[in-house]
Amino acid sequence: MSAPVIDIRGLVTRFGTNVVHQDIDLSVAAGEVVALVGGSGSGKTTLLRQVIGLLQPDAGQIRVFGQPLFSGDALAERRLRQRFGVLFQQGALFSALNVFENIAFPLRELRWLDRATIRDLVMMKLAMVELEPRHAWLMPSELSGGMIKRVALARALSLEPELLLLDEPTAGLDPDRSAAFVSLIRTLRGQLGLTVVLVTHDIDTLTALATQVAVLGERRILAYGPLDHVMNVDHPFIQNFFASGRLQRTPDATVR
Amino acid sequence: MSAPTVSFDREGAAPVASLQGDWTLQELEGRIDALRAALDTSEARAAAHWDLTGIARIDSLGACLLWRIWGDRLPSTLDAGEHTLAMLGSASVLGARSRVAPPRASPFDSLAALGLAGLSFARRIGDLVALIGQLLLDLLHIARRPQESPLREISANLYKTGVSALPITALVGFLIGVVLSYLSALQLKTFGADVFIINILGIGIVRELGPVLVAVLVAGRSGSAMTAQLGVMRVTEEIDALATMGVPRSLRLVLPKVLALVTALPLLVLWTSSAALFGGMVAASIQLDMSYGFFLDTLPRVVPIANLYIGLAKGVAFGLVIALVACHFGLSVKPNTESLSTNTTKSVVSAITCVILVDALFAIATRHIGLPGG
Repeated sequence: MSAPVIDIRGLVTRFGTNVVHQDIDLSVAAGEVVALVGGSGSGKTTLLRQVIGLLQPDAGQIRVFGQPLFSGDALAERRLRQRFGVLFQQGALFSALNVFENIAFPLRELRWLDRATIRDLVMMKLAMVELEPRHAWLMPSELSGGMIKRVALARALSLEPELLLLDEPTAGLDPDRSAAFVSLIRTLRGQLGLTVVLVTHDIDTLTALATQVAVLGERRILAYGPLDHVMNVDHPFIQNFFASGRLQRTPDATVR
Repeated sequence: MSAPTVSFDREGAAPVASLQGDWTLQELEGRIDALRAALDTSEARAAAHWDLTGIARIDSLGACLLWRIWGDRLPSTLDAGEHTLAMLGSASVLGARSRVAPPRASPFDSLAALGLAGLSFARRIGDLVALIGQLLLDLLHIARRPQESPLREISANLYKTGVSALPITALVGFLIGVVLSYLSALQLKTFGADVFIINILGIGIVRELGPVLVAVLVAGRSGSAMTAQLGVMRVTEEIDALATMGVPRSLRLVLPKVLALVTALPLLVLWTSSAALFGGMVAASIQLDMSYGFFLDTLPRVVPIANLYIGLAKGVAFGLVIALVACHFGLSVKPNTESLSTNTTKSVVSAITCVILVDALFAIATRHIGLPGG
């Protein structure tokens, strides 16, 4: 399995006259955790949405598992999409369904699993994201922010994806919860052998999870590689980005 | 990618079951029943040794399948890779957990549901009374400090609920007038009582049909819009944001809607009734050869002016009812999509029902007024 999981070639994105991406090339190997970072408006989330297939690029090609996202074959596209799971920033849980039904929904949509198996699988997923069985009957509006993220992660994992895409996985969580969520993702990744692509602003999340970092800026990828390699790239934005992160943590360090 | 398979080795004293391939969601599709059958035989149950080292990949579904076949426990002798064991470990939560089911229905549930429905109805009435009280307090507040009156909101609502409703209400009114006049003319002709068409149309439209028609149209058009607007503002916490800025929500959101609808509805009643009478007049002139001049001349003589006042008063009352019901349901939306849609539906249905109820009250209260021989 040496072929890249995600392969982006010559990607161009325009919103009106505003060019967001100009000839972006990026490939993600199996088993990697790639963090996309960049300033606001640099097109991180746009790139993620293109990989998911929610947005079509203006030029260039994105291949996921070696297959084009928009092949025109509805059945093949559907099967391809079942191979990756997405965690949206706000969770995007179906507010009309309870936690159990939210996680069971993609499984039921397969239409070949029986009820008892679906129930077993949902309960396994709940345990994987460290939620109690009694939480299964709560409605999304009754959940805290951290629980919403966990349920959304369980739903993203329900189809046994090989690729997991996370949009700001720790945004809106307090540092404690966010650290717990990051370690949960790391454990699951080890357990399930996932390839992960995440968009984040949070340097702690980045250092704890990512094996590779891609910095987006000036319409292209400024740097791509392991964290220590990227941190040493001499570019004002990159230096600023990591410096501000260090600055935040210095008062903490002096206290100790 | 390889298909999951099972094979039994009967060489030794006790049979050995060995599993190969990918036991994953993708590979198990269409094969799960066959595998379950193959594993659920006496031979499989007698297997003394399970060899899982041939499994290349396994996910939750594969682990769950095996776990259930083994009777919620691991077999005594098991050879498996580290990854497979970890997966089976995560299936081990199933023994105790999967028995958790949603709370069972009890025979008293229907009774409790009835009681809860009654309580929620009482709460709604209470909330509605509180809303009316709050509006009166807001009116007092404005009377004391006229500079705080929400004039821009009132004018915007007046435009949305009144001016933009003019075309549709005129069209519906005109068509109803034509239909009513045409059907009545057919009957009246057989009795030679042609001239009474003016009495029928006049009393029927001005007193009853005009106000109710407008109220139903506006409840569907503006009532639902008001509920949805307030509901979405609630879901997105905009109402809370207003409150933190020290802007009272009833003064800025509810009062303008109520005042605008109370003003706009009687005017719409006047407008729609005129359109309906015009439609009736056109149909009468075609069907009965009744001249426009005669129609317009006779109308004020056979329809006492009190009927117009009753119609306008109904307009005010209906406007108040629709706006109050719409705002009440909008403010009681819970932050989820389901609640928004049910509340919008409830708002329209309740508003129309309330309008008909109020109309019945009007009919009883005004039974001696404005009717010939009444």
